[in-house]
Amino acid sequence: MLRMSHLSKVYRTEVIETYALRDFSVHVKEGEFVAVTGPSGSGKTTFLTIAGLLEDFSSGEYWLDGVDTRGMNDRQRSRLRNEKIGFVFQSFNLIPDLNVFDNIDVPLRYRGMGGAERKRRIHAVLERVGLTSRMRHYPAQMSGGQQQRVAIARALVGEPRLLLADEPTGNLDTHMAHGVMELLEELHRGGATLVMVTHDPELAAHAQRQVHIIDGTILELSAEGAAAGQPVAIAPART
Amino acid sequence: MFGYYLSLTLRGVRRNPVLTALIISAIGVGIGASMTTFAVFRAMNGDPIAYKASQLYVPQIQNWDPNIHSQNSSAQPDGLSDQLSYIDAVALMRAHAASRQTALYETRSVLTPPDPQLLPFQIGTRAGYADLFAMFDVPFAYGGPWSAADDAAHAPVAVISRALNDKIFGGGDSVGKVLRLDGQDYRVVGVLRDWKPVPRYYDLQDPFGIEPDDVFMPFTRAIDQHKLARESSNCSGGEPPASGWSGWLQSECVWLQFWVELPTAADAARYRTFLHHYAQDQQRSGRFHWAARTQLRDLRQWLSYEHVVSDEVRILVVVGFGFLLVCLVNAMGLMLARVLFRSSDTGVRRALGANRGAVFAQGVIEAAVFGAGGAILGVLLTALGLAGLRALLSREALVLARTDLPQIGMSIALAIAAAVAAGLYPAWRAARVQPALQLRVR
Repeated sequence: MLRMSHLSKVYRTEVIETYALRDFSVHVKEGEFVAVTGPSGSGKTTFLTIAGLLEDFSSGEYWLDGVDTRGMNDRQRSRLRNEKIGFVFQSFNLIPDLNVFDNIDVPLRYRGMGGAERKRRIHAVLERVGLTSRMRHYPAQMSGGQQQRVAIARALVGEPRLLLADEPTGNLDTHMAHGVMELLEELHRGGATLVMVTHDPELAAHAQRQVHIIDGTILELSAEGAAAGQPVAIAPART
Repeated sequence: MFGYYLSLTLRGVRRNPVLTALIISAIGVGIGASMTTFAVFRAMNGDPIAYKASQLYVPQIQNWDPNIHSQNSSAQPDGLSDQLSYIDAVALMRAHAASRQTALYETRSVLTPPDPQLLPFQIGTRAGYADLFAMFDVPFAYGGPWSAADDAAHAPVAVISRALNDKIFGGGDSVGKVLRLDGQDYRVVGVLRDWKPVPRYYDLQDPFGIEPDDVFMPFTRAIDQHKLARESSNCSGGEPPASGWSGWLQSECVWLQFWVELPTAADAARYRTFLHHYAQDQQRSGRFHWAARTQLRDLRQWLSYEHVVSDEVRILVVVGFGFLLVCLVNAMGLMLARVLFRSSDTGVRRALGANRGAVFAQGVIEAAVFGAGGAILGVLLTALGLAGLRALLSREALVLARTDLPQIGMSIALAIAAAVAAGLYPAWRAARVQPALQLRVR
């Protein structure tokens, strides 16, 4: 589903080159739930934005659902992003001018979908996250947990092949975080491919597999290794 | 997607009413200022008979000593008079070298209404030849112009305006009725429809005069009746006139407008030659002691020559549009602030599948909506500005400068085009928003 090979992301200024990701390789299979962990500044978010086609990479390869993303122009990347990827952000990123229904409608609008189909999908996804009764509410009228459910509904409505979640419970209290994680796990059990960036080991433990990033390089942990807190492989070694 | 972008724009307006109001105000004030000055310019620079502008000509003849004339402060820079003497006007009429021609002058008459209950009153009267109605395409409601035979017979006939017809005859077909002017009876041969060309190109002594020509009578008749020209006589360039009416007619005083209709360029060239030969004849006969000098200008050249639109008005228009530019720069700044304010939302839209083109298109539509708001405000401010100018200034032109439909249409088109132009850069900046960065910052 998602395959990065020897991928690097370099931020260049006139005097310095900073590697956000270096010789980064990872493979996420269809239907997998992978947690990406690492300390602040390790490159987790850079990985997520590149995986979500929000940012270009400097070298290497990135294949998404069998599509080589190298050399794509903005229109192609936007279309692929719209069709294949659903985002769940830490701070929900709902648009405050729009009510729940219209927020969820945004990705479908950019896909150019007809009104009846959009409406059908939005109602279905709202039912799935349990917010049908709130569809005319605005984000400011809802709790953090409800907002994150709306964000998840928005991510799901386009029926993406890959869900990317960035600290999805980071702005929620324990009770709400538990509800959101249950929803994500339920989605995974339903067949969704899920990549979740988090620095919370407890949250990461819900994943089938963990990928640990330090200084832009990858340190992969198996589920067992994750439980023991021990790395099982370092790939590749930094030079 | 147009409807979707429009709906997003209106929602955005509700979210930032103050910023939106500032943007619309900046555009509206700029439009109001520029269109107010432009309305005045347009009223003064109107071309009321554009389709014949290249067929109507004014001949000029140097009948004053250029050495004396050059010291005359009322002279045109080229030393020519903008009116003709009676001697020259009658000579050109008799020569009949154009397909149509008329000498004209404005005078006044005392009209005694048919209703004995009403007191006599003065009215503006235009003396001319029958050709003037065809030359200037004067529209008739009833009847028509008098004939060339009436001109030759110095006939007591008149054409009256619709307003005068309504006033003294109660409207309707008044052809054949009797009009009593200066104690003499004139037979009404025609009643005009509303006709008030702006500027009144055929007599630029008072191009934006409010007082209309209510009565038209044959030139020959007016001369017979010793009717003096109203305010437009100029004797400063020659000998003072001898006493009496015939002394006035034989003087070199200039007081008559003169127009000829020359349908083709070849006709104009022929008339130009004729005019020059006429002046040379006058020189040879000893009337002119200077080299023959004449000029023939078409209507557009004539309006420009007579400075119908003053330089001050032109400068005012430039200043008005300069102010619009300043307002647009401000509007652009405010739109940029709006882009920055909404950049996180733009980042979210980009993440959800909007490409740069979609974000740019939405920015342009937003600018057009602001332009439409600015247009409404601008039209109101233009009406207010013109009302203010009319109240403050005495220039009669301002009476004629109104916010009519073409003016409103022009304001709306200009406002939207200007706002879209001002919105292009902010829209481009919005399209360049880096979604990854915005989502991280958020």
